[in-house]
Amino acid sequence: MIRKDARVLLEVKGLHAKVGGTGIVKGLDLTVRAGEVHAIMGPNGSGKSTFAKALAGHPAYQVTAGTVTFEGKNLFEMAPEQRARAGLFLGFQYPVEIPGVSNSAFLRLAYNTMQAARGRDELDPLEFDDFAREKMKLLEMDPAFLDRSVNEGFSGGEKKRNEILQMALLEPRLAILDETDSGLDIDALRVVANGVNRLVTPDNAVVLVTHYQRMLNYIVPDYVHVMGGGRIIRTGGKELALELETRGYDRVKAA
Amino acid sequence: MTTVVAKHPYIDSLLKGYEMPRSGISWLNERRAQALERVNALTVPTTRDEEWRFTDISPLTKVAFRPAAATPRLALADIEGQLVPEAATRLVFVNGVYAPDLSVSTGLPEGVIVGSLAAAINTHAGVIQPHLARHASFEGEVFSALNTTCLRDGAFIWVARNQKCPTPVQLLFVSTQGETAAFPRCLVIAEAGAECTLIEDYVGFGDAVYFNNAVTEVVVGEGARVRHVRVQRETGGAFHIASCAAVLATDARYASHTVTLGARISRFNLDVLQEGEGVEVKMDGLALIAGRQLADTHTLMDHARARGRCQQLHKCIVGGAGHAVFNGKILVRPGAQLTDSSQQGRCLLLSDKAHVDVKPQLEIFADDVKCAHGAAIGQLDAEQLFYLKSRGLSDTRARNLLTYAFAAEVIDRIPVPSLVEQLERTVLAQTQAVS
Repeated sequence: MIRKDARVLLEVKGLHAKVGGTGIVKGLDLTVRAGEVHAIMGPNGSGKSTFAKALAGHPAYQVTAGTVTFEGKNLFEMAPEQRARAGLFLGFQYPVEIPGVSNSAFLRLAYNTMQAARGRDELDPLEFDDFAREKMKLLEMDPAFLDRSVNEGFSGGEKKRNEILQMALLEPRLAILDETDSGLDIDALRVVANGVNRLVTPDNAVVLVTHYQRMLNYIVPDYVHVMGGGRIIRTGGKELALELETRGYDRVKAA
Repeated sequence: MTTVVAKHPYIDSLLKGYEMPRSGISWLNERRAQALERVNALTVPTTRDEEWRFTDISPLTKVAFRPAAATPRLALADIEGQLVPEAATRLVFVNGVYAPDLSVSTGLPEGVIVGSLAAAINTHAGVIQPHLARHASFEGEVFSALNTTCLRDGAFIWVARNQKCPTPVQLLFVSTQGETAAFPRCLVIAEAGAECTLIEDYVGFGDAVYFNNAVTEVVVGEGARVRHVRVQRETGGAFHIASCAAVLATDARYASHTVTLGARISRFNLDVLQEGEGVEVKMDGLALIAGRQLADTHTLMDHARARGRCQQLHKCIVGGAGHAVFNGKILVRPGAQLTDSSQQGRCLLLSDKAHVDVKPQLEIFADDVKCAHGAAIGQLDAEQLFYLKSRGLSDTRARNLLTYAFAAEVIDRIPVPSLVEQLERTVLAQTQAVS
């Protein structure tokens, strides 16, 4: 939902980022306001995922120039955990397996950390269990996933559901979902997309990073940005995604 | 009464004032005399000895220890925090001396005896004589020889044929007194088809600097099953040098869970001897140390007969300037065909000064066997750390959680739920302290 008077959540100006000494993001500008859904699309290597990880503060991704303000604060002065507590969420393309840490303990720890940061009450294990089960219904997840180690032995689709479950629990201001659609079959895609749709409110925003248009059939973006060579080279409405689908990235880039 | 005199000046100083225990039992006196002979022939090991090359015990020799004097009286309240609720039966030793008033050994079914070794030597000599000081070799081990020389009392567990000890037995060795040396001794005999779970637990109070020199012998009869949990949580200044010898008859099952948390310097030798065919062994170890602690675990799985199976997982978590040693030997003797033995050593270094020496040793003299070993030494996984931090967890919290998870793999397999819980809390507290 586009409202010109809506609060600016994220303001990216002239961002440059590199990984392993190679510059990947080269002068990216983006403004995201509350209530908006953005899709960032682009071919492999265009810098989409690097942008997402640099925003979340992954230590392997180095920001070399540019500014990012998140809710008016300089994002790069914040450690990754501070960014998370301020309401920035990254849905991982490849969620990490953590053997030996139960999913329920991990989710509760994350949830309570966020509650504490917001000055709200924490939940004890029993209360949290009920709360988490309720949220899992949204994603049609089996509660048995609470008792397993974090992402360990989860299928691709289960891992992505677990990511969106975290989004549902942590209620971020801005969720960047990195290739959340990859590895999902069509049913899982619908479930995950429905979950995301129900989490979008006028106060938060979602940035979908995706290679393909298909998720945008379910989560309709307000803006579609096309990346190429580490920058946003075109911005349009949802119809731009369809154009990409039919004409391909090369033609659109050339246009 | 005669005082024991050893030739080596340091060992002699350890024995100074120690009276040769007098029992009217000649076989026992003879074994002690043999042990003293070895004590005199051997010397305090140094890093020049292959078996001690990573472990410098010279700090031990700089402290003069004397035998524990009159035992301070402890009340039940003093040890309550150390008791394992599932263990309806327990023997408590304070500074190496049996404390009957703190122990509970009643209510056991017929055919199960848990009690002081000194008492049992008189009543059950026929059961004890073939085993006591027979399995823990003191031929080349000065500390086992020393313990045997000083053998006076200890813990005795006997489970008769096809009997089952209904609840775990806790053997609690509490140390309270500085500058004392104690020589704890345990003998566990599970006859054919018997079952028991044993918790051997060493606890230090305060910051006392003392020396525990322990020896345990475990006899697992044909088709018998013993689960042996060993927890070493001595004070940070203590010295703990111990060995355990387990001998397994045909189709015996033995599971060992060793957790090392305490002591300034500790050394534990676990020797498992497969005397019969078709045994099943599980050996889990965890050493979690920091500061200037040194923890050395030497294990030997001796497949002397065919069709033995052994799975071993040993983990070390080392913080500060700690130093962990793991030497795991698998020996497959000629004729021990169809042996299936595997060993995993995994170490986590939490600081730049942390140090670990891992030495897997496979000696295989049979040709139709399956043996595998792996050793990995590393730091916390950067991707896992970032994942946790991206969900709001602080760096410290994320590190602690991952360290804890690393330890939990070993702890979770301990067959005593309250001990699992207790150790998990200890590990959490300790990982918070070291990182």
